[in-house]
Amino acid sequence: MTEFLQHLINGIGLGAIYALIALGYTMVFGILQLINFAHSDVYMLGAFFGLYSSRWLGLADKPGIGSLLAALACAMIGCALVGFCIERFAYRPLRKSPRINVLITAVGISLFLEFGGQLLFGADPKYFPPLFESGQPIQLGGIQINRLQLLVFVVSVVLMLGLRFIIFRTKAGRAMRAVSYSHATAALMGIPIDRTISLTFMLGSALAGAAGILVGLTYPKIDPLMGVMFGLKAFVAAVVGGIGNVTGAVIGALIMGVAEALVIGYWASTYRDALAFAILIVILLFRPAGILGENVAEKV
Amino acid sequence: MSAPLLEFRDVNVHYGAIHALKGISFSVEQGKILALVGANGAGKSTTLRAASGMLPISKGGVYFEGRKIDGTRADRLVSMGISHAPEGRGIFANMTVEENLTLGAFLRKDKSAIAPDLERVFELFPRLKERIWQNAGTLSGGEQQMLAIGRALMARPKILLLDEPSLGLAPQIIEKIFEIIVKVNETGTTVLLVEQNALLALEVAHYALVLETGKVVAQGPSRKLLESEEIRKAYLGD
Repeated sequence: MTEFLQHLINGIGLGAIYALIALGYTMVFGILQLINFAHSDVYMLGAFFGLYSSRWLGLADKPGIGSLLAALACAMIGCALVGFCIERFAYRPLRKSPRINVLITAVGISLFLEFGGQLLFGADPKYFPPLFESGQPIQLGGIQINRLQLLVFVVSVVLMLGLRFIIFRTKAGRAMRAVSYSHATAALMGIPIDRTISLTFMLGSALAGAAGILVGLTYPKIDPLMGVMFGLKAFVAAVVGGIGNVTGAVIGALIMGVAEALVIGYWASTYRDALAFAILIVILLFRPAGILGENVAEKV
Repeated sequence: MSAPLLEFRDVNVHYGAIHALKGISFSVEQGKILALVGANGAGKSTTLRAASGMLPISKGGVYFEGRKIDGTRADRLVSMGISHAPEGRGIFANMTVEENLTLGAFLRKDKSAIAPDLERVFELFPRLKERIWQNAGTLSGGEQQMLAIGRALMARPKILLLDEPSLGLAPQIIEKIFEIIVKVNETGTTVLLVEQNALLALEVAHYALVLETGKVVAQGPSRKLLESEEIRKAYLGD
C-alpha cells in the first residue's frame, strides 16, 4: 500500500508538470483551433533560459527559494517573449489562410527551434544547476516525499491557480474566453482580437517556461530535443482531457503522470511512452472529444 | 439640419463572385428608428455587417457622424458608438448572463457608471436579472435575444444595429422585444433595425428601406410604405 501511495505521489508530481505544458496547448487550440507544435520547444527554451540565467546571475552558488524564483521569472519572461514572437511573426500573417498552412508552419517553427537550439546550445545534454538543496526527504508513514518534489508540485499548483484566476476572474481572461468562443462576436464587443491572441500565447508560453525549469530541477539533464517526447505527452494529455478545455488539460495531465509512474513502478519504464498513447486511444474510443471536451455540432 | 448619424453612400459589397450590395445609399437620422426590410438574401444583414466593420466594402463609403468609417476595425467602431447585436444573437453560451453583459461594456473607461447601466438593462429585461448567474447557453431563445440587446446597450451606443430580433421567437415575446426597442429609442438611442417581419418593423420604425437583391427598391416614412399598395402586396401578404 505504501508503495502504491509512493508511486501515486510521484505520478501527481509528474502530472503537475505535464499540466503546465498541456495548458498552453489547450489555450492556443481554444482560441485559434491551432495545434501549436512549437509549444514543446518553448518548454525546452524555458529550461535553457533557466540554465543561462542561473549561470550569468550566479544563482547556482546560492541555492534556495530566491534563486529558484529568479530563474523561474527569467524563463517565464523569456518564453512569453518567444511565444509572442512566434504568434506575431509566424502565425498572425497566416490568420486568413487555410488551416493546413498554419499547421505546417507550426511544424516548421518546431523544427527550427529544435535544430536552431542544437546549433546554439550544442547537441549534447547540459547539466542543469541545482537551484534548490533538497536536503532530507520528509517521512510520512512509510512514504518519502522529496522536498524538491514538493516544491515543484507547489510551484505548479500556484501557477495553475494563477492562470485560473486570470482566465475566470479578470477582464483580460473574459476577453480570452470570448475570443475563443467566436472571433467575430468578440470583435463586436470591442475586444481587440489580435492583442488577446498574443496574450494567450504569452501566458501559455510562460507556463511552458516554468515547466522547463521544474523539469530541469527534477531531471537535471537538458538538451535541445528534450521537448519532443515530453511535449508530445503533454499534448496527448490535453487531448485526453478535451482539448480547448482548461480544467480538462489538468485532469488529462494528472492521469498521464500517475499512469506513467505506476507503469514505471510496477512494470518497466521502457513502456512509459507507449502508455501515453494507449491511454489516448482508449479514452478517445469512449469519449471522442476527450474527458471534458464537448462535441460541438457544426452550426448550419 | 445636422449631418445624419450614419450614412451609406453607394456602398457595394462582394462575397467572392457574389455581388451582395449593389450601390446602396441611405442615411439614419439621429434619434430615429430606421428599418431595413426585404426577403431573405436581399442584403439586409450584409448592410449591418458593413456598418459594424464585420465586412469590407468594395466600393462607396460608410460615414458615421460625418467621418468615413469603412475599413475601420470592428472593435474601434464599438468605441465610436456603434453596437451590433448580430443575427443569431451571438451570445457567449459558455459564460454567465452577467459576464455576457459586462463584456458589452468591455471598452468603457467609466467603470463607476457600468453598475447603474447594468441595473437599467435589468429594468428593461427583468428576466435577465433572475438568470444572472446562469450560463447564457441555457437561456430560452427570447431570453437570449434580450441578452443580445442588453449586451449591446451596455456599450452605451449612439446607434444600435439589430439583426432580426424576432427570428424564431413566439409572438408574445416578439411583441415584448419590440416594445423595448421603442423604449430604448425613446431614451435617445438611434436604431437601425433589420427585420424580415416587415409589418412589425414598419410599425415601430420612423423610416424604412425596402431591399431587393442588393438594391434599395423603395424607401420612405414607414407610415407611407404601410399604405403603399405595392409594398402591402409584396411584403405584408395582402
